[in-house]
Formats: sequence, C-alpha cells, structure tokens
Amino acid sequence: MKAHLTRRYIFSASHRLHRDDLSEAENLDVYGKCNNPHGHGHNYALEVTVSGQVDPRTGMVCNLVDLDSTVQQKILARFDHMNLNLSPEFAAQVPTTENLSVAIFDILKQNFSAAHLEKVRLEETGKNSFEYCGN
Amino acid sequence: MVYLTRKCEFSASHYYHNPEFTEEDNRRIFGKCANLNGHGHNYTLEVTVKGSVDPKTGFVVDLKQLKDILDREVMDALDHRHLNKEVPEFAHQIPTTENLAIAIWKRLESHLKIAMLHRVRLYELPDLFVDFYGEP
Repeated sequence: MKAHLTRRYIFSASHRLHRDDLSEAENLDVYGKCNNPHGHGHNYALEVTVSGQVDPRTGMVCNLVDLDSTVQQKILARFDHMNLNLSPEFAAQVPTTENLSVAIFDILKQNFSAAHLEKVRLEETGKNSFEYCGN
Repeated sequence: MVYLTRKCEFSASHYYHNPEFTEEDNRRIFGKCANLNGHGHNYTLEVTVKGSVDPKTGFVVDLKQLKDILDREVMDALDHRHLNKEVPEFAHQIPTTENLAIAIWKRLESHLKIAMLHRVRLYELPDLFVDFYGEP
C-alpha cells in the first residue's frame, strides 16, 4: 500500500525582494514593502511530503529520523535565522517564497532517497503558501 | 465533483515493536516508540469523500450518515483504546500512523455506500500526518 507522509518544520529568515536590473521606482512598484532596503523576515512553515510503499516490517514509508535529519542538516541549518539574500541559492535570483520552495525541493531531491519526494509546501505567513512538486 | 471533509479527534495508545527484530534493532529503528509500556497521541482524522451534488438536497453526502459511520467504525473502535492490544488490525501489524490511516480507510470503505472515499488524512501530531488515497 502506498501512503503519503507529511512533516512540518518551522524556520525564520529575512529577505529583501529586489532586482538590480530594475530602477528604484520599478522595484518599488513590483515588490512594494518587500523592497524595503533593510529587509524584513518571516516565520516560514515548511511541509515536506514524501510517498512510498509502507514497509510491512516497520509499518513506515520511511524512517522519520532520516527525514528529520536530512531536513535539519540540508534545509534548516542552511536557512534558519539567515538572510536569504546572502545565501548562494539566491546570489542570482530573488528570494521570493516561490523560488525558496523550488530551492528547497531541489536540495531535498538531491539529498533524500529513502522515499519519493512528492511535494514541498511553504507558508510564508498564515495567509500565503506555495507548493512545488518538481515540475 | 465536490469534495467534503469531515474532521474528528480520538486519543489512543500504542507502541512499535516487531518480534522478528532483535531488541537492539527495535530500539534502533523505532527509537522511543519501541517502549513496550506504550505511549499515546491525540489523533486528528480528516475524512474526505467526493461525489456529485444531489440536486434535490444540495448535498454530496448526508453528514449525519457519515458521522454515524465515523462514530461506529472509527471512534468507538479506536478512541481511548490501546491500538496494539485492542484493535484487531494491529495484532500482527505495527500501529504506525501509515498503517492506522490504511486501517481506517478499509474500515470506512466497506461501509461507505453513500459517497466515494477520496482521502484519509491522519495527524499523529500537528507537525506529522499521513495521507492515504486507497492506492495499492
């Protein structure tokens, strides 16, 4: 039987939405308050969904300890209490939550093979959330 | 097609232990969950059914009927129970959230004549849940 397992994690980070190739007025027009030169931050809630056959010996899709450990080492250690604009992932792109969702999915895809990565869902605030399934 | 989700909460105890594993392997694989004295959770269950809206009633499903099935098949069987010791599905199967979601699906599927079961979502904790869609 195939089941989907979702684990939720919290991290906090700052960012500024800004493009050097746009004028000051254009940046303000596109990004609004998010263009504030000093940046701002969010408490992000990350939901990672993996799927697979339930192992009849363990009753598990995958061992949660392995998923937690990968997310801790590869995602939370990288982004929690960090300035996203200074992260290598955002050297050449704007750290919107869309781009952050894709970056997180890609990092997990490369580093977690114990189950199939189905989806990353990222809440930027209680009102905004983004999902990326790898295509 | 319209999807309707009904939520209910139950509390149950369990432990994870496979008698085919050594004690060391049980502790390594299942961690704290291998404590044979058991522990418990407040589970939140979300059952989603789907169907066409009946033009006469405006319902996908009669919620009263759905609630009665949930009460009988899930709440009475699982709430304030020890999953390993009192629920037949777990006599020879580990009561992980994955297996519990599948067991709930099977309990509901055979009784749910009024709408098509779409998803069983089971939260073991607010930050951990399993979805089962009846896939083999």
